[in-house]
Amino acid sequence: MDHPVVSVKTYVSIFIALMVLTGLTVYVAFLDFGHGLLNDLVAMTIATTKALLVLVIFMHLKYSARLLWLIAGSSVVWLIVMIGLTLADYRSRDWLESQMHRAVPWVAHPEAPAAP
Amino acid sequence: MSSVYDQPSKNYLNEKITVSSWLLTLDHKRIAILYLVSLLAFFLIGGLAALVFRLELMTPDANLLRSETYNKFFTTHGIVMIFFFLIPSIPAVLGNFLVPVMIGARDFAFPKINLASWYVFMAGGVLALVATIAGGVETGWTFYTPYSTMYANSNVILAVCGAFIAGFSSIMTALNFIVTIHKMRAPGLTWFRLPLFIWAMYATALVILLGTPVVAITLVMIFVERAFGFGIFDPALGGDPVLFQHLFWFYSHPAVYIMILPAMGVVSEVISCFSRRRLYGYKVIAFSSLAIAVIGFFVWGHHMFVSSQSTFAAMTFSFLTFFVAVPTALKMLNWIMTLYKGSVRLTSPMLYAFGFLGLFVIGGLTGLFLSTLATDIHLHDTYFVVAHFHYVMVGGGVMGFLAGIHFWWPKMTGKKYPEAIAVFAAIVIFIGFNLTFFPQFQLGVHGMPRRYHVYPDEFQILHIASSTGAMVLGFGYLIMAAYLIWSLIKGPPAGKNPWEARGLEWETDSPPPTHNFHEQPVVRHPVYAYEYASETSDEPDLSEKPHG
Repeated sequence: MDHPVVSVKTYVSIFIALMVLTGLTVYVAFLDFGHGLLNDLVAMTIATTKALLVLVIFMHLKYSARLLWLIAGSSVVWLIVMIGLTLADYRSRDWLESQMHRAVPWVAHPEAPAAP
Repeated sequence: MSSVYDQPSKNYLNEKITVSSWLLTLDHKRIAILYLVSLLAFFLIGGLAALVFRLELMTPDANLLRSETYNKFFTTHGIVMIFFFLIPSIPAVLGNFLVPVMIGARDFAFPKINLASWYVFMAGGVLALVATIAGGVETGWTFYTPYSTMYANSNVILAVCGAFIAGFSSIMTALNFIVTIHKMRAPGLTWFRLPLFIWAMYATALVILLGTPVVAITLVMIFVERAFGFGIFDPALGGDPVLFQHLFWFYSHPAVYIMILPAMGVVSEVISCFSRRRLYGYKVIAFSSLAIAVIGFFVWGHHMFVSSQSTFAAMTFSFLTFFVAVPTALKMLNWIMTLYKGSVRLTSPMLYAFGFLGLFVIGGLTGLFLSTLATDIHLHDTYFVVAHFHYVMVGGGVMGFLAGIHFWWPKMTGKKYPEAIAVFAAIVIFIGFNLTFFPQFQLGVHGMPRRYHVYPDEFQILHIASSTGAMVLGFGYLIMAAYLIWSLIKGPPAGKNPWEARGLEWETDSPPPTHNFHEQPVVRHPVYAYEYASETSDEPDLSEKPHG
């Protein structure tokens, strides 16, 4: 397979971009966006951008066959499956408990005050 | 079968016979043999560990082993058998040997990575064995937190490192399979002319490539938590022990398919050859392998129904688990339909393939009991689970491996083995296996928990049956070892194609020359073309009736 010639200038500018984004990650970690989820979202967006730069430029995905795009893409899909289904567990753990708590508060809720 | 046949004077076995020519070989066939020898050594260690604790289980009291030692024995059995035998068994031995030959290539795309994979595998295996000898690990092969991170002894780190390193060997092998199958097929060998063994290897390689990095990272997390006190799984440090189970089973459930898919590939080849028929529903079998590989990643939560997983997640995983049974059932239907009106020959590889069909059906169907939420609450962590996964992994995985070893033994070694004794051993192994594991279903239903060696008296009779079965099984393996060693030394030459099978591997010498073929093969026919005299000839074979 032919290896593309990527200029040193491109590599250096990507490297500088990665460093700046790393600094940005540290900086925004000290800011309060008002909602915890927003902080996570900003941090993850920066991280995703960095990962994309590495994949596309450093790992030459930009210059590779579509088959390699497919393989790289499928690993992202798998990551989403793993995180998605795991979070599906964590996010829904208290659903049933809160439902039962509404029906029979003194049985289902472990922290419910003892009946007089 | 060919009666008089001289072995080719130069082949991959006798081209060079120095130690360094073996240890530094880049020939995929020799690397397969290196894997075979090392895997059989691990199989022996894992098997002996099982025999010791089965002996202990013959009495309700702790007569032979203390509780801790018992835990160490079953952990050794689990770690060695899963990470160092079952997962690499068919891909690393038969896959390594056969993938390039079956697709008409000279070697893998990356021969040096292939050799490196064996060294990495051995490094991992040695570390795991050192952990065993240095005092043993008592966590079970699953390394569940918080036990593995907070309480168990420090050998856990060694064993975890061993499994972690061995994972890279799988990744290297998988990478080689995918690239080689994509890029190095012989002229005329289109995707739908590939033998189903190759499709199975391809699907397996996808599972390995997508799953193994996750378990590797998870094992690193255990290491980091134990060694540096990072809070990942330990609640006292803000971690969550169930997170470990999520990450661990995300790989380790698909790992079952790493064991089973290759066995399914072997069974497809064997059934087609000994029914003298093209496989019924070729494309269905090929795509169901890919379907199993994909759906297999969506079901891991069924290991966690009683581990404080949310009820809604459990319901989702239960549904998805039922779904994975569909492609497996389709394969089963196609194999049976191939047998229907075929000219079935009951050779030893075919008996192992039949063993696979019967035992894997039991293993698969009992899986449905466990994927049903309500019944799983009763059966979880009982001997029912132990019996279920042994029917899947031994009844499926090992039976497939043995079918493959017997089927391709003449190709790998150039020698025949005594067929009558092989048939006898296959029957002994089948009986021994069922005697070992069928009583365990009953033990589980009656409430005998797994991983305990002291139990109420009423379970003893079933435990004695199971332990007796283990000895019969061991005896069957001994017979097999004996005649295969005899075959290596004194076996008559096998000839190119002793089973009159179709496929490029049967077109070359037995054992094949170093670069597999004397000239580049060209494929002219559909796969499993039993109506033609040979894979590359244009002449219909008049001695055989064509089958639809």
